[in-house]
Amino acid sequence: MPEAAAPACIARPDGWQVLKRNRAALIALYFLLGLSIIAIVVPTLLPEELKVTSNASFVPPLQHALETHAMHLLGTDVNGQDMLYRLLSGARVSLGVGLVGALISLGIGTLYGMISGYAGGRIDGVMMRTVEVLQSVPRILFIMILIAALDDYVKEWIDGWRLAAQARNWPELAKTISEVKAYSKVLVMIVSLGLVEWLTMARMVRGQVLVLREMTFVTASRAMGQSPWGVLRRHLLPNLSTIILTYLTLTIPAVILDESFLSFLGLGIEDPAASWGSLLKDGAQVINPLESKWWLLVFPALLMAASLLALNFLGDGLRDAFDPKSGE
Amino acid sequence: MLPFLLRRALSSVIVIFCVISITFVLARITKGGPFDKEKEPPPHIKEALLTRYKLNGTVWEQYTAYVGSLVRFDLGLSTRYRDWRVSELLQQKMPNSFALGTLAFVIASSAGVVLGSLAAMKKDTWIDRSAMFGALLSISIPSFISGPFLIAVFALWLGWLPVGGWGTVSQMILPAICLAAPYIAYVARLMRNSLLDVLKSDFLRTARAKGLTETQAVVKHAVKVAILPVVTFLGPLAAHLLTGSMIVESVFNISGAGMIFVNSIQNRDVFLLGGAVIVYCVLLVLFNLFVDVIYTLLDKRIKLYA
Repeated sequence: MPEAAAPACIARPDGWQVLKRNRAALIALYFLLGLSIIAIVVPTLLPEELKVTSNASFVPPLQHALETHAMHLLGTDVNGQDMLYRLLSGARVSLGVGLVGALISLGIGTLYGMISGYAGGRIDGVMMRTVEVLQSVPRILFIMILIAALDDYVKEWIDGWRLAAQARNWPELAKTISEVKAYSKVLVMIVSLGLVEWLTMARMVRGQVLVLREMTFVTASRAMGQSPWGVLRRHLLPNLSTIILTYLTLTIPAVILDESFLSFLGLGIEDPAASWGSLLKDGAQVINPLESKWWLLVFPALLMAASLLALNFLGDGLRDAFDPKSGE
Repeated sequence: MLPFLLRRALSSVIVIFCVISITFVLARITKGGPFDKEKEPPPHIKEALLTRYKLNGTVWEQYTAYVGSLVRFDLGLSTRYRDWRVSELLQQKMPNSFALGTLAFVIASSAGVVLGSLAAMKKDTWIDRSAMFGALLSISIPSFISGPFLIAVFALWLGWLPVGGWGTVSQMILPAICLAAPYIAYVARLMRNSLLDVLKSDFLRTARAKGLTETQAVVKHAVKVAILPVVTFLGPLAAHLLTGSMIVESVFNISGAGMIFVNSIQNRDVFLLGGAVIVYCVLLVLFNLFVDVIYTLLDKRIKLYA
């Protein structure tokens, strides 16, 4: 019975070839790689005086600031910080939060889905019912409450480390820790988003495990005395890698969107750290009908929309290549 | 049907209870209480306030007091807006969000079904490709970018719709479209994939063989079956629209439930937050139940069990 039941999508060795023929997905992939490299490298190359706040606020793009004579390619914001630097360090935070948050959700979702699918029966029923319930709970709300609850504890915890470093007379370390503290919200956001965004991944992995566990190689492995964990790790996980990769790519834009929503509402990333959402919030706050400071909104909006579009294109391409049966 | 409804009602009550417990405990272990302001009130006044709102003692005591008042259908008092009951605040703000959400729900489901069906019928033509590219585009653009863009184009440039304000239907259209846009895309993609599967099936070949045109065959026979996955998506859709409206409300400056959430979290207004969460959960649970019942009416093969 196992061979006959095996659908064709399990062993599709030509998945990567399908992806290579998908030009939109490839362009998206190169765009994302290029953006990541630029976001990591360029901010370190920019001159230091551009990165700090200055009196030259709201300098339009491609103009020299009167006060500092510095050239600002994309203009400056309300605090006189260079927009190019803000935009790229915002890209670092947004993409970083998206990637790490998605990786956390991948860990939880894969483990949950594998256990549920492999255990089957009553355990599976209870676990999937839980997922359904969680899916109908307003997620953004939970993220908001979780962030509010965690934030102060994390800040206090980091402060504890700083004091410990001071007590041992390590001023360098204490300084580094107090710099890290400014970015504590990023850490809190990553954890909260990762804890909430794993439901789709769990459902997809479980569906695939249900098919895989009926196949002969799993039966054979079990007959040879392999423990359930061994089967999951040695035989199921490798076969799940492409579906996990696909849904990782689709979870990243979802996490980035959630992060930007929260930052836009003022509950997420806070200064000195920036993300696309917080940049757009800052831009929206100073907009007025008399003089348009368009560069504060247009550049983050374009970069964010392009990145999310690229991630979704890539994710769809991967799904078409490796998981053609599942539509949405 | 009746045992199903009863069992679902019971499990719904349990779900709502869990959500409320988690919300309350998280809100109370958060640093900073509702009466900690920049100007700290004297300790004895703060103590009196906490006693009045039953927020003193251990978290467990506060929790049992809160659940006790909930059982008596009392949502409590807002700690921020003094002398306002939570139920009064909710009654004032919720209708705006519901109106916006309902309109967006209608737009998302109807436009999504129509676009998805068109794309499936004209598969691999420019209609299909542009519809699917548009879908990906609207999934990728967050509402706080599309909102100002829609205002700039339809209100300022073309002058078809008002820039802002709230109350008339024409003022609701832009926010509703902005809220619905990503979900039109989700529904359209679901509908397209599902209809493509159905179009290959035998009963449609029979329908065509009887002499129905392609449009007649699709409208009379295929859509009824292909719409089922869309119906299952309506429950999560309602959840997304209710919570997604927070951003749209802030972009279009609408005084709705979204602001209640953000403010009550920032002000540590535990009872207002709890009340709003309860209303959301009750609505979602009712809606999911409604979807399940609709589902059985559409597809006679499905038996309800819980």
